[in-house]
Amino acid sequence: MKILIVDDFSTMRRIVKNLLRDLGFVNTAEADDGQSGLSKLQSGSIDFLVTDWNMPGMSGLELLKAVRADPNLSSLPVLMVTAEAKREQIIEAAHAGVNGYVIKPFTAATLKEKIEKIFERIEA
Amino acid sequence: MQAQRKESLAARLNCAKQFVAALEEGDEQLADEILDNIASVQESRLFQEVGKLTRELHEGISGFTVDERIANLTKREIPDAKERLNYVITMTQQSADTTLGAVEALLPLSDRMSTQTADLGEKWSRFLRKEMDYGEFKTVSNELVQHFTSSSETLAIMQAKLNEVLMAQGFQDLTGQIIKRVIHLVQDVEHSMVEMIRISGGRFSSAKNPAIAKTNLEGPAVPGVSDEDTIINQDGVDDLLSSLGF
Repeated sequence: MKILIVDDFSTMRRIVKNLLRDLGFVNTAEADDGQSGLSKLQSGSIDFLVTDWNMPGMSGLELLKAVRADPNLSSLPVLMVTAEAKREQIIEAAHAGVNGYVIKPFTAATLKEKIEKIFERIEA
Repeated sequence: MQAQRKESLAARLNCAKQFVAALEEGDEQLADEILDNIASVQESRLFQEVGKLTRELHEGISGFTVDERIANLTKREIPDAKERLNYVITMTQQSADTTLGAVEALLPLSDRMSTQTADLGEKWSRFLRKEMDYGEFKTVSNELVQHFTSSSETLAIMQAKLNEVLMAQGFQDLTGQIIKRVIHLVQDVEHSMVEMIRISGGRFSSAKNPAIAKTNLEGPAVPGVSDEDTIINQDGVDDLLSSLGF
């Protein structure tokens, strides 16, 4: 299981990476914006995507849409971890096909719960 | 232009001649009339100039006040910026408190563990050197069992505390986003002030402030600043998503 973490703030990438390691996911990759994230996804071997929304260049929502539009990636589970907390934004992300939505600041327990929930759904 | 000027000069010369002629003839009334005529030409020029200035000033001022950006800056964004920066202080404070609290809890734990480990290590060396009798060995082996139990408990606490420290660093991302927005605002204010100086400096222009690129993303929710359409906590997000069938 390899997880890609996309966030423009390196601090947040490190936090998510360490939390994932604590949850038993040791194999992670990182990208600092949607575009480089998408290239990493397209080069293969990523099983799960954790992405921020507000990033310079390609945003997380655009990345999500690109993932859903790509036949090789369309079923990739995507968890959005973002400070964007407007009602219509959450609805927009849901319509774009996000699998989970965590707003910053978040707790380790919330991240764990959302990731586990996504896996449960995939296995079901 | 040249012809107009010539004509105007000729008219004034004519007026002057008539004025001199009237004085020579002793016709005081006519002389005064001619003098009034000459003055009124000058006066109407002055009025025209004042009128022109007034119109330009009015256009400048109304052009300035209809610029919504400025109204927004004073009414909403500057008070918001103060709230946002206060929120930055609160977040950095919370992070520092959490981190310091965790470190203060961790230090005595690691201190106790290292004392215990050193003590048992020394006893174990004595046992290996066969310097320990059976009675003491029994006690030491009980101590070892206790040490293993307490160590795994302590390490679990340490793990949790370290995770708290890790999570507390999330402020850097959120405060960074907020500060970037405030920097944008300061640039807007600077731009508006330059515009104001330009207008009051007398060089009028109907040009509006170039629209400053506004991101439609809202950024971190700030208590007291974000409107009611913003969901402040994860439970709200979860409720909304489950209402959408997630």
